[in-house]
Amino acid sequence: MTAIVAITGIVALYIFMLAAFAGYEVIAKVPVILHTPLMSGSNFVHGIVLVGAMVALGGAHTTLEKVIGSVGVFMAAGNAAGGYVVTERMLEMFKSSGAKRKPGGH
Amino acid sequence: MLGAEGRQWLIQISYLVTAFLFIMGLKRMSSPVTARSGIVWAGAGMLVATLFTFLFPGLGNFAWLLPAIIAGTALAWWSGKRVAMTDMPQMIALYNGFGGGAAAAIAAVELYRGEQMTPTMSTLAVVGALIGAVSFSGSLIAFGKLQGLIKRSFRFGGQNIANLLVIAATVTVGVFIASGWHADPFHVTLFFVLALLFGVLMTLPIGGADMPVVISMYNAFTGLAVAFEGFVMQNAAMIIAGTVVGSAGTLLTQLMARAMNRSLGNVLFSGFGDTGGAAAAGAVSGSMKPIEAADVGVMMAFAQKVIVVPGYGMAVAQAQHKVWELCQLLLDRGVMVRFAIHPVAGRMPGHMNVLLAEAGVPYDLIADLDEINAEFETADVALIIGANDVVNPVARNDKSSPIYGMPILNADKAKNVIVIKRGQGAGFSGIENALFYLDNTRMLYGDGQAAASQLIQAVKAA
Repeated sequence: MTAIVAITGIVALYIFMLAAFAGYEVIAKVPVILHTPLMSGSNFVHGIVLVGAMVALGGAHTTLEKVIGSVGVFMAAGNAAGGYVVTERMLEMFKSSGAKRKPGGH
Repeated sequence: MLGAEGRQWLIQISYLVTAFLFIMGLKRMSSPVTARSGIVWAGAGMLVATLFTFLFPGLGNFAWLLPAIIAGTALAWWSGKRVAMTDMPQMIALYNGFGGGAAAAIAAVELYRGEQMTPTMSTLAVVGALIGAVSFSGSLIAFGKLQGLIKRSFRFGGQNIANLLVIAATVTVGVFIASGWHADPFHVTLFFVLALLFGVLMTLPIGGADMPVVISMYNAFTGLAVAFEGFVMQNAAMIIAGTVVGSAGTLLTQLMARAMNRSLGNVLFSGFGDTGGAAAAGAVSGSMKPIEAADVGVMMAFAQKVIVVPGYGMAVAQAQHKVWELCQLLLDRGVMVRFAIHPVAGRMPGHMNVLLAEAGVPYDLIADLDEINAEFETADVALIIGANDVVNPVARNDKSSPIYGMPILNADKAKNVIVIKRGQGAGFSGIENALFYLDNTRMLYGDGQAAASQLIQAVKAA
């Protein structure tokens, strides 16, 4: 598995630091009313673990590796899909009084 | 067809696009006006990354890959569509646990393969596996507790020491593996068993009230685990998304803990979250004075300003729709109505807003603690429904109380305080509420939904 861009050493640390700042800044100004949806949204975002699980399973050799890899892909897909659906459902309901009111969502 | 290198470049560029969409999505999710589009942006990013990953050179095992993706997606999609809004926190815990488990599984595949890794990489793989596994088993316990599957909090003497021993053993075996000294399947298995056990032991003693903080912490854990495994797999999308969630989740955890006036250490090691009646503070003098719904209806119908303070009890009684119907009646009569939301109303910060939004309450009628506290003095009626500890004035003035110092809603400053309550018991924390005994407080006993219906009739009649 030779990558064309190596993310190692000091470059890796730079990326880590800058991404950490980005995450902090994005959340820093969030109003309390959005805490739960945002937690759910960030829960969805780490569903990106799916691409890593795909590559791990896609390169698995032994049966043990394949079984663990499949469990990983299954769970990662669950994280991504479930995270998306519940976040979308919660945010769907945020409307201002100016917007037209639909009857309560069910 | 593209060569292997061309495909690699395509994947890298798609991950760059994904990272951009994720950060923009989260940014948009942090404002109510753009929040709805934020998740769509992030969703597009996920789709792009997943589709382009199929181009990965040498990717095989499609007979395993496709069913796993389809099954995981379908099951989570189905369950996510069905879950009730009140149960949202435990669903987030469950999906979060899955993410942590997936990160641990990636590490397991790498570690069982036993290929030579650089010391840095094997260390990152092991640390990521530890955090991911703890997040997995811990989140499942959190899910079980909030879902009511695990009723008791398991505590025993010397629990913290036992936990310390388990984590020490886990780290020791982890060092064996990372150093390459004992990177054999036996030690890898032992390592995962210990890590999973630690997640269970760490979460079991924590009470239900503190669970949101714990879930948020595990959310940050999973992000970090994903980032670490991203370094191992040299996957930029995982590194960036995982790190962003790791830091955002850490900040969110701190905000939540602060809103509850708890330190994270306190949450993790003290087990105050469900002490039951044990924490009963000094006796409160006076008596609770009951009132009839008809009188409350008149009081509110002719008020200028009513502030509603909803708590989780309202959601449990499914009374939010009735409460909003009541408020619409008042608004039609020209009464000014606001909803005052304590940061920890509901099961986690912002949960109450979601529940009110579900009932159709526009978000601009909803005010948070800092906004609304000055307004109670000018309110004719403060209607407390299903809330208790968050309006308890002892948090302001009784230094001996366990909740002393917690920011509260100053409902006691309103001219009239009406408390809708099922019985005379104490709150979630087991602390007696001084608000109920004040001269300007009246108690309207009954189930939240029934009481709200009675009030609707009373306002119509007024």
